[in-house]
Amino acid sequence: MTKTTDTTVDTTKVSTAPATPIVPLPSAAARALAVAGSAVALVGTFLAWTWTEEFPGNLTVTGYPGGLQVLTLVGSLLTLLFAVSGYGVKGLRWLTPGGTNSPVLLSALGVLGTTGYALGAISYELGGLVNLELGAYVSGAGALLAVIGALGLPVDQPYDPSDPHPHLWGRIRHALTAPEPARAKELPSWAEILVIAAGFGVGLYVFAYGIGTEYSELFIGFLIVTGFGFTAVTRAGLLKRLSALTAKHRNVAMAAAFVAAICFPFTQTNDQYALIGANILIFATVALGLNVVVGLAGLLDLGYVAFLGVGAYAAALVSGSPQSTIGVQFPFWAAVLTGALASLVFGVVIGAPTLRLRGDYLAIVTLGFGEIFRITMNNLNGNSGPDVTNGSNGIPNIPDLEIFGFNLGLSHSVLGHELTRSGNYYLLMLLFTAIVVLVFRRSAESRIGRAWVAIREDETAATAMGINGFRLKLLAFALGACLAGLAGTVQAHVSYSVTPEQYQFAGSVPPNSAFLLAAVILGGMGTISGPLIGAALLYLIPAKLQFMAEYQLLLFGVALMLLMRFRPEGLVADRRKQLEFHETGQLDVPEDKSLPEGATGVAKAGA
Amino acid sequence: MTTTTTAPTSTAVLDASGVTMRFGGLTAVRGVDLTVNTGEIVGLIGPNGAGKTTFFNCLTGLYVPTEGKVAYKGTVLPPKPHLVTQAGIARTFQNIRLFANMTVLENVLVGRHTRTKEGLWSALLRLPGFKKAEQESRERAMELLEFTGLAAKADHLARNLPYGEQRKLEIARALASEPGLLLLDEPTAGMNPQETRAAEELIFAIRDKGIAVLVIEHDIRFIMNLCDRVAVLVQGEKIVEGPAEVVQADERVIAAYLGEPFEGAPGKEEAAEVEAAEAEAHSTTEGDDK
Repeated sequence: MTKTTDTTVDTTKVSTAPATPIVPLPSAAARALAVAGSAVALVGTFLAWTWTEEFPGNLTVTGYPGGLQVLTLVGSLLTLLFAVSGYGVKGLRWLTPGGTNSPVLLSALGVLGTTGYALGAISYELGGLVNLELGAYVSGAGALLAVIGALGLPVDQPYDPSDPHPHLWGRIRHALTAPEPARAKELPSWAEILVIAAGFGVGLYVFAYGIGTEYSELFIGFLIVTGFGFTAVTRAGLLKRLSALTAKHRNVAMAAAFVAAICFPFTQTNDQYALIGANILIFATVALGLNVVVGLAGLLDLGYVAFLGVGAYAAALVSGSPQSTIGVQFPFWAAVLTGALASLVFGVVIGAPTLRLRGDYLAIVTLGFGEIFRITMNNLNGNSGPDVTNGSNGIPNIPDLEIFGFNLGLSHSVLGHELTRSGNYYLLMLLFTAIVVLVFRRSAESRIGRAWVAIREDETAATAMGINGFRLKLLAFALGACLAGLAGTVQAHVSYSVTPEQYQFAGSVPPNSAFLLAAVILGGMGTISGPLIGAALLYLIPAKLQFMAEYQLLLFGVALMLLMRFRPEGLVADRRKQLEFHETGQLDVPEDKSLPEGATGVAKAGA
Repeated sequence: MTTTTTAPTSTAVLDASGVTMRFGGLTAVRGVDLTVNTGEIVGLIGPNGAGKTTFFNCLTGLYVPTEGKVAYKGTVLPPKPHLVTQAGIARTFQNIRLFANMTVLENVLVGRHTRTKEGLWSALLRLPGFKKAEQESRERAMELLEFTGLAAKADHLARNLPYGEQRKLEIARALASEPGLLLLDEPTAGMNPQETRAAEELIFAIRDKGIAVLVIEHDIRFIMNLCDRVAVLVQGEKIVEGPAEVVQADERVIAAYLGEPFEGAPGKEEAAEVEAAEAEAHSTTEGDDK
């Protein structure tokens, strides 16, 4: 507790800290070096990096950055801005309400990372350093200088008093931390809303750029730059400011997020990328449904993908596909209801017996039921059971939807922009995502949601407070199942066919139960944006890095372990989780000084 | 909160008769009868392992008693904890069981669960009654926090409260279910004299609201100050029940707590010495308070 009070006092940017920087430079020289380095790196991106066009992205043109050069350009621009903001230049100070110097270091590291990666990739793929041209060296050297300069800047907050002289590694890690920003001064609300809109606009642009990366080198560079850049922006305190604004104007922020999401298919010219967007939405929506079960009620469900499957199968059977064993064609709204209802029933049927178990036992039983679903779908093929699902062939040729005469299978021209089939389905799915977000938010903030959290916290105490534990757990389970079924009905149409192998416990293609759970945990349990971000990352990374398909699960495992080690609350932490995993101590908790000395001693003697 | 009890003050709120609890071959509670009347504070004492908490769990439906029945205001209670709470018996736990990662206010709101009815549909569709019910719940919860002196900390996480306040919060949470009988399982365990005295006052205040209280406690001095009636449980059996002074003087109680006197028992002079020392210690505590 004393720690936090110490650090919050030092919000002034003056380097009163006794800590010396890692590279011993006078701070003026260090800052000049950081500025110069990032400027040099920026200039380098306008020069050619390589001789030939064999490396993707055409890095041979002078005066027109392309491919990986753009990423270096953006990164060094960010570094430059942060570094100049450190001079206290008027008009730029809003950039660094939190830390000033750690964002410089982080973004410089991002530039070095992506530039270094680019140089390495060029030399490796084309066979030797000889393939690098002047611009590559200029940018590389600039990035290196910027990092050295940034390391010479004073740290943003003093060292932990319990360990005033940490080792080099500790000092480097410390240099990357920054104090929280002070409370922002009030802006007129239209300006605040504008800031929110701008924030989401940037977010949309970054996201669309990531999806639109055409080759894996660019995607890796993108990951490096956004990873470091995002952390830098967080350390600068901008993210805190933005989230304070979104918390203040919640409905506006939500609307802005959805408007940004609606804009996405219009930024894509390639149907393939819009399809990735639609699939991410399906994955994210199901993950959000799982978040009701895992994040709120605390029921570890390892077979959740089965509910998606039930919804998809139900929708496929009534879709009018020639291979459907029922052979009826419901209108879309009826198909959606059928899918959701089927999942709901399935959820209750599975939940009623299993929810009498707690903890690990529940996880194992749900895992079992998830597999039972897949095997049953495989066996209902006319040979080993009645013919319902065509067994492993699944139900192919699911026709495209037609809503109010609008055929989602065809391209339409909307506002002069071609909206492809995937774009159509993306927008349809977005509607469902919005519904699920609304359901999640409203149920979480109600008597029912509180009861779920209470059950998660301590079931015995919750029942002693009059909560019918079994009934509420079943409600959470059924609601989660219903939401997954909802997503399943759209998924069946997006993917044309439904087969049992799409609904496994673990596989290389999301959504599957393991990835769904990972998306929830990685993103942040109990939050809305967490599973959405987690699902986007978990879908994009395997989809974009197909060259390492063999190591995908290995890398995924390593990434999960690292995350659990360094950020157990997930990427997006709600306040509760933040406090749960990090003993930061609440600022507003006063010291415990309720007793005069000596009283306790007497009490013990007396008792 | 006003009680509208028109019945005479001697109506039984709780009537447990012949409660027996066996775990396999072990009989933890054996044929215990206990009544608690309206406006009464009853204490339940006994040495460690006497079966006090087990008896509590039988009352609140966490355990289903092997024999005997428990009635609340004349109706036999179903053996389900949530139904017992709904009927009007609230409890606290010996080892504090708050919802540690919920805020103080949320904890109390959870306590209101049985007294509100807004279901999932109401929450999802934000039906007309929803906002009003939430608002009312919040107001009631804040009232209870004022009552227990925790209002200023409504937005803190329960786990960040000091120990004594966690105990108070547990009581506030239990009161939120608008009980007719409050069961407190060692409410002053680990408290210092000041906190104990505050707890005492809180319990009197609860009694004044018309809620009967049944307390398990080790601290004899506390229980003697507090309770109108005390029952002593030893090895699963109730050996004495009566006013505090009677129980205190009862030989069987002394024997259960201190053991039988033996041959080399301290003489009168030594006893006087000890008493004098205790009196001195007591006076210093008093002095510290002022």
